[in-house]
Amino acid sequence: MRLRHGAFSYLPDLTDDEIAAQVRYALDQGWPVSIEHSDDPHPRNVYWEMWGLPMFDLTEPDGVLREINDCRSTFPGHYVRVMAYDARLGRQTTALSFLVQRPAEEPGFRLDRTESDGRVQRYSVHSYATERPSGSCYGS
Amino acid sequence: MNPHLAIHPFECIQQGRWQSIIGAMTPSNPVGGPGATPARWDPGVHSYASMGYYDPDYIPKDTDVLAVFRVTPQDGVDPTEAAAAVAGESSTATWTVVWTDRLTANTHYQARAYQVDPVPGRPGEYMAYVAYDIDLFEEGSIANLTSSIIGNVFGFKPLKALRLEDMRIPVAYVKTFQGPAHGIVMEREMLNKYGRPMLGATIKPKLGLSARNYGRVVYEACRGGLDFTKDDENINSQPFMRWRDRFLYCMEGVNRAVAETGEMKGHYLNITAGTMEDMYERAEFAKELGSVVVMIDLTIGYTAMQSMANWARKNSVLLHLHRAGHSTYTRQKTHGVSFRVISKWARLIGVDHIHAGTVVGKLEGDPATTRGFYDTLREDHIPVNPAHGIYFDQDWASMPGVMPVASGGIHAGQMHQLVNMFGDDVIMQFGGGTIGHPFGIAAGAEANRVALETIIKARNEGRDIMREGPDLLRAAASRNKPLEAALATWGEITFDYTSTDAPDAIPTASV
Repeated sequence: MRLRHGAFSYLPDLTDDEIAAQVRYALDQGWPVSIEHSDDPHPRNVYWEMWGLPMFDLTEPDGVLREINDCRSTFPGHYVRVMAYDARLGRQTTALSFLVQRPAEEPGFRLDRTESDGRVQRYSVHSYATERPSGSCYGS
Repeated sequence: MNPHLAIHPFECIQQGRWQSIIGAMTPSNPVGGPGATPARWDPGVHSYASMGYYDPDYIPKDTDVLAVFRVTPQDGVDPTEAAAAVAGESSTATWTVVWTDRLTANTHYQARAYQVDPVPGRPGEYMAYVAYDIDLFEEGSIANLTSSIIGNVFGFKPLKALRLEDMRIPVAYVKTFQGPAHGIVMEREMLNKYGRPMLGATIKPKLGLSARNYGRVVYEACRGGLDFTKDDENINSQPFMRWRDRFLYCMEGVNRAVAETGEMKGHYLNITAGTMEDMYERAEFAKELGSVVVMIDLTIGYTAMQSMANWARKNSVLLHLHRAGHSTYTRQKTHGVSFRVISKWARLIGVDHIHAGTVVGKLEGDPATTRGFYDTLREDHIPVNPAHGIYFDQDWASMPGVMPVASGGIHAGQMHQLVNMFGDDVIMQFGGGTIGHPFGIAAGAEANRVALETIIKARNEGRDIMREGPDLLRAAASRNKPLEAALATWGEITFDYTSTDAPDAIPTASV
């Protein structure tokens, strides 16, 4: 499967130049940028691992690209995403999020169901990647 | 004895004399006979202005509820007196003096028309600004607010027509309402979707599909790339599809699509029903099935909407509002209630989504007026802006925003225009533009998603999407067959009719 996660998951994977352009946009808005990675892409898995702290006070995307590359080389089998954060009053939330790395093989999800009364089904989305111990879901 | 006491009001109406009475009731020609100035409490019919309902020197308090009405007086009725009558009839006044007013601090409870301006270019129409003390209204009750402001006064005979154009809800009153059950920020965090508008589609045909076929459309549209699908306003629980069956099949489709894509999805399950008991039952079942969202229609009424907003907050379920029926009173320029007022009430009522127009789609929507609705729903502070039809500063005191929904006759080929107009915090709903796709529903959904992401990515890169939009979409279509087919099918389709509800260039009150 192809994980649909972040703002650009129906487009071809972004090149480094395209990633830099998005990071520049975020910095121009005054949004600090951070990098997160995970080997469990379950849609309810909110807290991916932080690759360091959010990068405040940057003006150029080069430093972010270096960090992205370090994260990629450390976790070649993980999903890696870039997040931009809007700290303004009334927002105080993520403003943009997009993937910058996918594992070579994306095993996807299984829909588990439990039958209940009155034809009700209890659904549960099972992330195949979690069948291996945390940290080695993709063998890395 | 005052001679007017002898005139029975119904006799006046039969003789068509209301307007002459009102018209004659200026301070220069008062009740009490020629040459006599009646005292405020003399029994009988006085002009509303003379009773204190018009006060050009009044300076509104920060805690006052303010309203601006477009007043079209009957021929011969003085506009100032018409404005005073609106203030009177929407607050304490009745048609004649009553001594029991004197048992109250009556000037405190009187509304006041404090400014009356002719509308440029529209003879016979006036903008009347009215201030109401906050004590006139029950805390946290839109039903109470509207029973005053749009109660009896809209049928008042001396007026040909009356339209509530805008309101200023003071912060002191804003703070008595719950507001959106979750709001824009929490919705995005709940769904884990940032940095782009969300996409939806209303299941079509809106009537007649069986639950099983209906759920198929939900599944295909969600797996193809939409974030949401939606029941239409008149899908409730009919013989062809009962509500419980619809909920079961729709949630099957939603959950299948979540597992297939790895992202959150939702279907607005319409819980509108004939009684509150039925609505609560349907809402509880939607929650039990794990739905992230339920839906109500405007037709259920203000109190029912507020009850469901409370329920939605308590149960962590988003609340979608379809504005079914609003055009009966929002569309015509001279009579009714502007949708910008409905937007304010909806934010106080506490819905998370509301349909607010597309401009380029099939339904009524002037661009500037629609922009005013979007600002009202999304921003925390909205300054006076006559060009967008905003007559007052409105401060929401951090009450969360309502996600506007653009729905009705829009398609992928308009994506650059939609993004340019509405920005990121909007749900774009492509019903026909998804389900009518020649390759099928999932392909239609994918076409819309690819078009959206293409335009957002280009906008962020600093491209001029209004100029380059069609080229950007064509370039994306060369790599994506569903988008190519969508552009070939709908291409340049637009609904280009003159709007009935454009803003008037009019000076606004300085408050």
